[in-house]
Amino acid sequence: MSSPAKNMNKTAGKYHAVRKRKMTVILILAALLVLSMILALGIGSVFIPPGDVLLAIGNALFPALISAPEGAADIVLNFRMPRILLAVLTGVALAAAGAVMQGLLRNPLVSPFTLGLSSAASFGAALMIVLGPAVFGAFFAGSVVFLGFEFTTKSLLLILSAFLFGWLSVIIVYMISRVRQTSQAVMVLAGVVIGYLFQAGLLALKYVSNDDALREIVTWMMGGMWGATWQTVCILTPVVLLCFFLIERRAWDLNTLSSGDDVARNLGINVDRFRITGLLIVSFAASACLAFTGIIGFVGLMAPHICRMLIGNDYRYLLPASALMGALILLISDTVARVILAPVEIPVGVIMYVLGGIFFLFLITKGHGRYLS
Amino acid sequence: MKITVENLTQKYGSHTVLDEVSFTTESGKVTALLGPNGSGKSTLIKTIADILPPAGGRILVNDRDIAEVSKSERAKMIGYVPQYFHYTSFTSVLDTVLIGRRPYMSWSVSDEDLEAVDAALSTMHIEDLADRYVNELSGGQRQRVFIARALAQNPEFFLFDEPTSSLDLRHQLETLSVMQDVVHKNNSGMIAALHDLNLALRYADQVVLVKEGTIYADGKPEDVLTADAVRDVYGVESEVVEKETGRFILSYEPSY
Ligand SMILES: Nc1ncnc2c1ncn2[C@@H]1O[C@H](COP(=O)(O)OP(=O)(O)OP(=O)(O)O)[C@@H](O)[C@H]1O
Ligand SMILES: [Mg+2]
Repeated sequence: MSSPAKNMNKTAGKYHAVRKRKMTVILILAALLVLSMILALGIGSVFIPPGDVLLAIGNALFPALISAPEGAADIVLNFRMPRILLAVLTGVALAAAGAVMQGLLRNPLVSPFTLGLSSAASFGAALMIVLGPAVFGAFFAGSVVFLGFEFTTKSLLLILSAFLFGWLSVIIVYMISRVRQTSQAVMVLAGVVIGYLFQAGLLALKYVSNDDALREIVTWMMGGMWGATWQTVCILTPVVLLCFFLIERRAWDLNTLSSGDDVARNLGINVDRFRITGLLIVSFAASACLAFTGIIGFVGLMAPHICRMLIGNDYRYLLPASALMGALILLISDTVARVILAPVEIPVGVIMYVLGGIFFLFLITKGHGRYLS
Repeated sequence: MKITVENLTQKYGSHTVLDEVSFTTESGKVTALLGPNGSGKSTLIKTIADILPPAGGRILVNDRDIAEVSKSERAKMIGYVPQYFHYTSFTSVLDTVLIGRRPYMSWSVSDEDLEAVDAALSTMHIEDLADRYVNELSGGQRQRVFIARALAQNPEFFLFDEPTSSLDLRHQLETLSVMQDVVHKNNSGMIAALHDLNLALRYADQVVLVKEGTIYADGKPEDVLTADAVRDVYGVESEVVEKETGRFILSYEPSY
């Protein structure tokens, strides 16, 4: 390969300059995320300075080389770390899902929340919590060993059920979008209504359930990270990473779809199949996370749009940037939720509703003409 | 390359839009597709582009049924520019033209891709727009961007659906003459749906005149575009005049 610096035409020069800027933004976001994670690990009822946080992590990774700081290791590794990783994973999954849905359905207002997937997946998980023991009996409480890790069947069934209901909501909106001349607003309206239906289902479950996990179902409807355990993180990490790479590989197809179905077909894409598989992949990752967090709204709308403004719509860079931005937004919000009214914790979902609601209004008013067609 | 449309029938639901249409065109020729609104030009172009499957008949590419050509191979053979455009905000002109390279790229962009984009931008005289967002361009500027995208695709055959509909006088002539150059020099093929009979007279080597989903006439522009044909197909009275600068059709009133 010849060096791009030589014989570069004007277009190549521009392309590489812009690419460098996009990479810089992605690196900055990654650095900010790592920094926020270290700070978030230290913040809480007991404050642990960043240095001790790093020592505790270092000790867990290289016990022979680094000794753990007094008392901090347990809090950092066993109490705060799973929760922080869950927030990061959920942020990644929801933001990437939002970006991909916006591209696949060619609608800037869709996201896991505005398509009803958040509510549907949460309902699916709650339904499994309520009905699982009766339906699956002892199997529900059992566990399976996979790759040396032990997973409870309960958590796997939760993911499955969340995904089935989440997928149902996406498919309904997808069908509606295929009816001729469906406007972008109608698609979102359908999603919001489906979201309401499943939220009603969640409320109804409250009355038939004795489960401790559902007694506070109103809080569950607002979404939170307190369901985090190392086991959850170990299941979700491969799911989210795998889905992310599967969809990142199709970045050019997402770019091409922005030119319309006809042009995309002309450029060799099997449009209908791509739309279904793409939605399937991101719905799976998002549902799996939502099965443990409850309804989290708007991350999937905010992160991709902020990133579009920063680096443009090329999905090769937009996807990683959105994922990092989503993780950052959700992690910071969850940390604020933990400490703002300490010792009382508020659900991070509430913060997302407030932030997201304002952002949504911005999108449909200021963004008018630019976003809505 | 040769494209043969063979007894092509096309329907939307039960509404027949194209009825047993047949014609042939080949590399090195500019073919103008003419006909009134709703006569089926766009439908014909989309079917040739393999976007709509035919309801009857076949499209042959070098005597091979296009349905048997793989998608990726077809994407390198036929480039399509639609009548109506889709685009999103926050996409630069450069990135938009780069999309035309989709059939050649898996993830990364090669120097060859960037050269093709560079050539396409300069052919359409839009190098200066490279950094601009497509949604912030004028309609005519945007139309030239989408033609550049098809040029970057570097197909053997171009299908243009009203490529000059938003262009000013100068850019209409410029775009068609540039495309005529590309076709004649690279020995590629081109079918363009047009509404301006004088552009067809000036730039086309072949004219296919469509009336209500059937072919009214197919041949050399000066043979097809007569005052009688214009009256029969468009319902307009006109006069064909020969000047030093070429042949023109002057239409003056609807016929009754
Ligand atoms: N998606 C569709 N569904 C149903 N009918 C359609 C559709 N697209 C076009 N038609 C009908 O098919 C016929 C041919 O339409 P087409 O778009 O091919 O015409 P055209 O020659 O390109 O017209 P124009 O000059 O206005 O672009 C018209 O009667 C139109 O109403
Ligand atoms: Mg048309």
